[in-house]
Amino acid sequence: MEEKIEKHTIAVLVDNEPGVLARVIGLFSGRGYNIESLTVAEVNNADHLSRITLVTSGTRMVVEQIKAQLDRLVPVHKVHDLTDEGPSVERELALVKVAGTGDRRIEALRLADIFKAKVVDATLTSFVFELTGTTAEVDDFVGLMAQLGLVEASRTGVVAMSKGATGF
Amino acid sequence: MPEQKLTGAQIVIKALKDQGVDIIFGYPGGAVLPIYDAIFQQNDIRHILVRHEQAAVHAAEGYARSTGKVGCVLVTSGPGATNAVTGLLDALCDSIPLVCLSGQVPTHLIGNDAFQEADTTGITRPCTKHNYLVKDVNQLARTMHEAFYVARSGRPGPVLVDIPKDVQFADGTYVPPTEVKHKTYRPQVKPEIARVEEAIELIATAKRPIFYTGGGVVNAGPIAGKLLTQFVKMTSFPITSTLMGLGAFPASDPQWLGMLGMHGTYEANLAMYNCDVMINIGARFDDRVTGKLSEFAPGSKKIHVDIDPSSINKNVAVDIPIVGDAGAVLEDMIRIWKARQKRVDQTALKEWWGQVEGWRARNCLNYNRTEAVIKPQYALERLREALRGKNHYVTTEVGQHQMWAAQFLPFDEPNRWMTSGGLGTMGYGLPAAIGAQLAHPDAIVVDVSGEASFLMNMQEIGTAVQYRAPVKIFILNNKYMGMVRQWQELLHGSRYSNSYSEALPDFVKLAESWGCVGLRATTVAEVDEVIEKMLAVTDRPCIIDIAVDPKENCFPMIPGGKAHNEILFGPEDSPSDATPEDGMVLV
Repeated sequence: MEEKIEKHTIAVLVDNEPGVLARVIGLFSGRGYNIESLTVAEVNNADHLSRITLVTSGTRMVVEQIKAQLDRLVPVHKVHDLTDEGPSVERELALVKVAGTGDRRIEALRLADIFKAKVVDATLTSFVFELTGTTAEVDDFVGLMAQLGLVEASRTGVVAMSKGATGF
Repeated sequence: MPEQKLTGAQIVIKALKDQGVDIIFGYPGGAVLPIYDAIFQQNDIRHILVRHEQAAVHAAEGYARSTGKVGCVLVTSGPGATNAVTGLLDALCDSIPLVCLSGQVPTHLIGNDAFQEADTTGITRPCTKHNYLVKDVNQLARTMHEAFYVARSGRPGPVLVDIPKDVQFADGTYVPPTEVKHKTYRPQVKPEIARVEEAIELIATAKRPIFYTGGGVVNAGPIAGKLLTQFVKMTSFPITSTLMGLGAFPASDPQWLGMLGMHGTYEANLAMYNCDVMINIGARFDDRVTGKLSEFAPGSKKIHVDIDPSSINKNVAVDIPIVGDAGAVLEDMIRIWKARQKRVDQTALKEWWGQVEGWRARNCLNYNRTEAVIKPQYALERLREALRGKNHYVTTEVGQHQMWAAQFLPFDEPNRWMTSGGLGTMGYGLPAAIGAQLAHPDAIVVDVSGEASFLMNMQEIGTAVQYRAPVKIFILNNKYMGMVRQWQELLHGSRYSNSYSEALPDFVKLAESWGCVGLRATTVAEVDEVIEKMLAVTDRPCIIDIAVDPKENCFPMIPGGKAHNEILFGPEDSPSDATPEDGMVLV
């Protein structure tokens, strides 16, 4: 029996109506599924549609069950498994605050440059960096900053999209 | 035509009428007074005043299940809505179409901890198929029609519409149902033909086949039951069904093996265990049916027909999944079977039936017949004989009596049998019987009950009396929560912790205090007599207290965590062998 745990990124197009996020989250908590990351925002103002990007993990049977359960929710328009449906791009945005002076401050700025992070706030003793990248890149950057005076990090979670010309 | 302005309450009533509602079950309160006022001023919709909101929902379930229509409920905010929650979840588990309207505090008070305020949509979100909070009176008509559409389409279920009191008072525009089309919800009814063809090829090669059918066939309407019967007759395969599916295939037919599962028949469970092709139509591989998953029908190829894609591969991996309405799929199956001129493997089938008949000869429902005490099975056998040929409906509560009723009462038509299967709600049967009786005033409606379950919603006798619903409450009184006691005996060393029904009322006097008929049988000889008297009562409810053997257990039984071929037949089977540690944690 196949028991391998797979990680899947799932995009869900939903009506942007009250309670829709609670339905999705309640589904995951009520049925004991994992949420590794979840992002949501309105993507189509005219039709009041929101796009939810979920990263979840489970056996193949559980992942299929998650998709079927999501699709069953009345305000859900479409469910796409980006992991299954060919190549996709995934990005996270992070804001990372680092405080320090002297060499540590210079090193933080140098690493930010290597990671192509932008300085969005600077004081004489601190920076706030903005970084966009894969989850692994953000993990790496935050890991390095932890040794250079990391104060806090705030991350959006994954947003994702399939590669190529066709859309949702 | 000038735009028609109505109050929110009037919109509610008009929408109900346009949706064909003739009966609504409810209980008034502050937050629904405008709707009650609108009900007062019309005669098309009959309001049935229950005695507790939970019963309103069960009554609507009984109505819905016995008619195939959407049941309708009206409750107030706060406690009215929270009392309805058990009923809503019951309907969700058993896929019963309902629309429940709940009052809510005025929109400007929502979130302020107002009097009788509850986050009703929040509380009922996991207990309904869908729910709505209507904050704009101009969305009310559309939402009502959507609610009915969602409730009855696809896999049916309960839908709640929460309506703040100011919205009920406000003026708005009505739109008729024809103008409302749902944006997203379009369940797949027609199956993928390639899959049906694959299934037909597999069915034609089967050597040890079985049909395993469920509530989905009942929900697909009477036509689905007829098509099922036709296809089963064409193939001459054996058929079993879940608790929820009883009646879709006639129990009087020789191909019928009885119910399967934990208290199913030996022949049904062994046929499932040994089959090579399983044709599941509208059942969901519930844990009461499958038993130990790793040993569930181990050598079989499985076809699974279900309208809900999330039911497929949820508990059991299947070989040929078919998403679609049971009736639509059966129609295609019959058509393709005929078009391809399929023949079953007669030789193999003859051998298979030989095996099945061998299991049937074990006569697993046999019990210790005695004159000394009324066996519950005997009482049900006598009820069965008395109801034979009469237009009747049966509801049950939950427990031993429910399983005995499923074993001993035969149903030849769908929509005749109403029981709380998925949720197992004690107290379901009496209000459900009232709902079924009001929908079928001339039929005999019997609630097969236990004394403990009856006490859970016995206040509804008042409802039955008020509306002259002559329901028969057939209490198999063993003075125990029998199924709890049975499990305690078999799995917990006969430590009967809190399962004795202490301080019971005198059910005959109780009946009389409501102006009903109360009857009692304490000896075998009295059973037929009270059943006869019970059936003669047609103008008021009747409570029948049958003092049955308090020690009788329900067999056959597959203990939790055991496979279909590990069946206990009776008290002579050692319970200790039946108690693996991992099975004890299962309910």
